[in-house]
Amino acid sequence: MIVYLLCFVLLLVGLYGVLTKRDLIKIILSIGILGYAVNLLLILFAYRKGSIYPILAKGKEVSQMVDPLPQALVLTSIVIELGTTAMLVALAIKLFEKYETFDITQIRRLKG
Amino acid sequence: MPVEYWLIFILIVMIIASIAALEMEDVLSSIVAIGVVGLGVSLSFLFLQAPDLAIVQFLFEIFALIILVKAFMGKEYHKEEPSRINKILAGITVITLAAIFIFSVSVFELLPPFGEPLMTTSQYYLDKGAQDTGAANLVSSIILDYRAYDTLGEITVLFTAILGAFTILRIKTKSKKDKTEFSHAAK
Repeated sequence: MIVYLLCFVLLLVGLYGVLTKRDLIKIILSIGILGYAVNLLLILFAYRKGSIYPILAKGKEVSQMVDPLPQALVLTSIVIELGTTAMLVALAIKLFEKYETFDITQIRRLKG
Repeated sequence: MPVEYWLIFILIVMIIASIAALEMEDVLSSIVAIGVVGLGVSLSFLFLQAPDLAIVQFLFEIFALIILVKAFMGKEYHKEEPSRINKILAGITVITLAAIFIFSVSVFELLPPFGEPLMTTSQYYLDKGAQDTGAANLVSSIILDYRAYDTLGEITVLFTAILGAFTILRIKTKSKKDKTEFSHAAK
């Protein structure tokens, strides 16, 4: 319970960064924090007390393993996150080349 | 020490590091603080018995650090002081987020408690995974067999994102400086 709440606080910190920061770098970093918090929350739901990793081996019982389904889905989610981060960074670099600032209030003109 | 206490400790460190990353002025310091958050996530995956995820998260962290440092170092610009309205708006945002947190406590009470997952679909994967797919690692048996179409979609998304990043980087832009030089030349 308290673990879930702390993880939710981490998500809210990321949301605060997205909503209030005016620096593009900080916004990209807070999107990263949001991703970390969501992944960690899903894996926290999957944990079973006193269990081991879901890899079959001699002497390891199936009834003693954690939930493998959220782990598989989060694995794909982490990889996608890297791709989206790279794309966000590319957009930010192009905006810096054009406007010479990362401040989103200075980036106004949409055309030309 | 039980796993729960370790997780609480790591999560508190991660929250402090993320606030530090958002509030620090220096770009390199905030990128390093984000690295602390990511490595904390990797460490908690190890405590939560997910070694595959811990390795992938560690690699993600290294790549993200390289990309961010390469992209953002040495790009200084004039920072304006936040105006009074911005500070008031930030305060309102913090109050709203605190209200969301207080209301969400009752939502988290509805969930199954920590350490006792539902395991309805997953119990089938655990019981029959080795027979159906022949893989010893049940996570990879789910990724590559039961949910292979999901993985195909993931690869498509990743490919599109990387292609988009390359396409964006290839476009040539005229910066402010070039434009002013051009206008001087025209005069």
